[in-house]
Amino acid sequence: MQNAFIELPWAVALILLPLAGAMGCFLFPRISRTLGLMTSFSIVVSVVGLGWQLLEHGSYRHAVGGWGAPLGIELVADGLSLLMLTTTAIVGFAISVYSTTYFKPALAVRFWPIWMCLLAALNALFLSADIFNLYVTLELLGLSAVALTALTGSKEALSGAMRYLLATLLASLAYLLGVALLYHSFGSVDIAVLAQQMQAASPYASGAIWAALGLMAAGLMLKSAVFPLHFWLPPAHGSAPAPVSALLSALVVKASFYILLRLWFTLFEPLVNGEAINTLLGLLGCAAILWGSVQALRQTRLKLLIAYSTVAQIGYLFLVFPLAASMGSIAWNGVAYLIISHALAKSAMFLSAGNLLCFGGHDRIADLDRVVQRLPLTAAAFALAGVSIMGLPPSGGFIGKWLLLEAAIIQGRWDLVAVMILGGLLAAAYIFKVIGHTFTQAPVTHEAQSVSASMQWSALLLAIGAMLLGFLSLPVLSLLNISDITATSGVGL
Amino acid sequence: MNPASFYALVGIGLFCLGLFGLIMNSHLLRKILAINIMGSGVFLVLVALAGRAENMPADPVPHAMVITGIVVAISATALALTLMLRVASETGHATLPDEVEK
Repeated sequence: MQNAFIELPWAVALILLPLAGAMGCFLFPRISRTLGLMTSFSIVVSVVGLGWQLLEHGSYRHAVGGWGAPLGIELVADGLSLLMLTTTAIVGFAISVYSTTYFKPALAVRFWPIWMCLLAALNALFLSADIFNLYVTLELLGLSAVALTALTGSKEALSGAMRYLLATLLASLAYLLGVALLYHSFGSVDIAVLAQQMQAASPYASGAIWAALGLMAAGLMLKSAVFPLHFWLPPAHGSAPAPVSALLSALVVKASFYILLRLWFTLFEPLVNGEAINTLLGLLGCAAILWGSVQALRQTRLKLLIAYSTVAQIGYLFLVFPLAASMGSIAWNGVAYLIISHALAKSAMFLSAGNLLCFGGHDRIADLDRVVQRLPLTAAAFALAGVSIMGLPPSGGFIGKWLLLEAAIIQGRWDLVAVMILGGLLAAAYIFKVIGHTFTQAPVTHEAQSVSASMQWSALLLAIGAMLLGFLSLPVLSLLNISDITATSGVGL
Repeated sequence: MNPASFYALVGIGLFCLGLFGLIMNSHLLRKILAINIMGSGVFLVLVALAGRAENMPADPVPHAMVITGIVVAISATALALTLMLRVASETGHATLPDEVEK
């Protein structure tokens, strides 16, 4: 019985279930809420199954339809993909619970099918092992994310979605041109095969390979919204409905960063090792931290503040590129930890912002009226998520930032240390700015609407999850070490 | 220069032309057309580079990629055009907020 449970093709279920759920929600709009919630829960079960499989057998490969690489499509799961899938499943389930009561029926029938498509695209992306398949999943992800952004149909949301769509299409095309050049150079799109050939070809890399590296990196950086390519993020994330903003900030942005991380340290590792381009990415990360934090501090609307905070936190992720050169494993663990704790904390923040928006009918920070007394669960969720974003102990964000700081100190990169600490202080400033206003009475009071318990609790549980991550660092990091397709890489992942 | 690399260069030219159009034009329809031109450029590069040697049959994998790419491009264009119409009907002009129509 137990063996039969383990041997089920969980990786396939992770893609097929949300796709079937999307069809179901589209065909039967009356029960779309129940269907969507059931699908989200089944994803959590499938991830547990896949995790069990990985712990038993090490990394996992599935040839779809019995056709293996190089001709067919393979699904591959290793420690990093399992971590991303788990984060997606947990955050996705919480957002599903939240959305059951957040959306009015007219919007709900549109929300559920697209959200299920987005979930399928995310899971497929984390399980892909070839660069062309990654392109297809990136496009699926981008299109469903844009459709979700435009959901409410307000002026701001439509313009934000349009800008987001143009940026994401441009980024995908740059990535696809990179894929074309790599396929021309090596005759394969499988990451493992390409990595081996790249190893051999790196001493005399041709212009086409460097061009492919540049195009793919530029496309993925535009999608990850690193400074100065973040122009599309605040309008899109700030104007979307709260659960959608949470999805975009917590998961969608991370997906393109995950691809960049994968390609950089498996495919392009021999090419970029010790090159100035790593320093450049680190500089962009530093600029993103400072610029995003200062902009966040200047915002008067809560959702825009959280969106700019995402820009800043993405900057931390890019510090892995200069740091991983010699301190591979510490910087790796740090960035992986930062990805998952930011996903939990930022979704909790956006969901509590959604609660405040429902409660008072606005999200102007200065007019938050004694929220602590009137909406204590939401205020607690926001504060706890804020602790993780600032990187204070004992939160998950603290562990991630501490590991990155440790790598920077060992390498003597005091400039990066200074930027990271300054970024933490600025984060504390913009979060306390919000928390301060939740205690005081606003000059204008608004008629308060009731906020349902499921919306309050899903935000709070996500925030508690971000805190709990601070105590679970050993088991989570041991998941990362499940052997993987990056075996050829010099980085001890 | 053999025809294949000529076509590949034309493809890269189209990509750059589209990029220029995307940045320089403020009307959304022009931006969407520019994206499509960039896409055609990428597809041309893929098809042109599929012929590896003069006397060998062309590699079919890039052709399959181009077909997939065209499907994606059509759906993306459809979504972009719908969004553009909604933006135009809500705001009265088919441009992004901070750009003035030229």
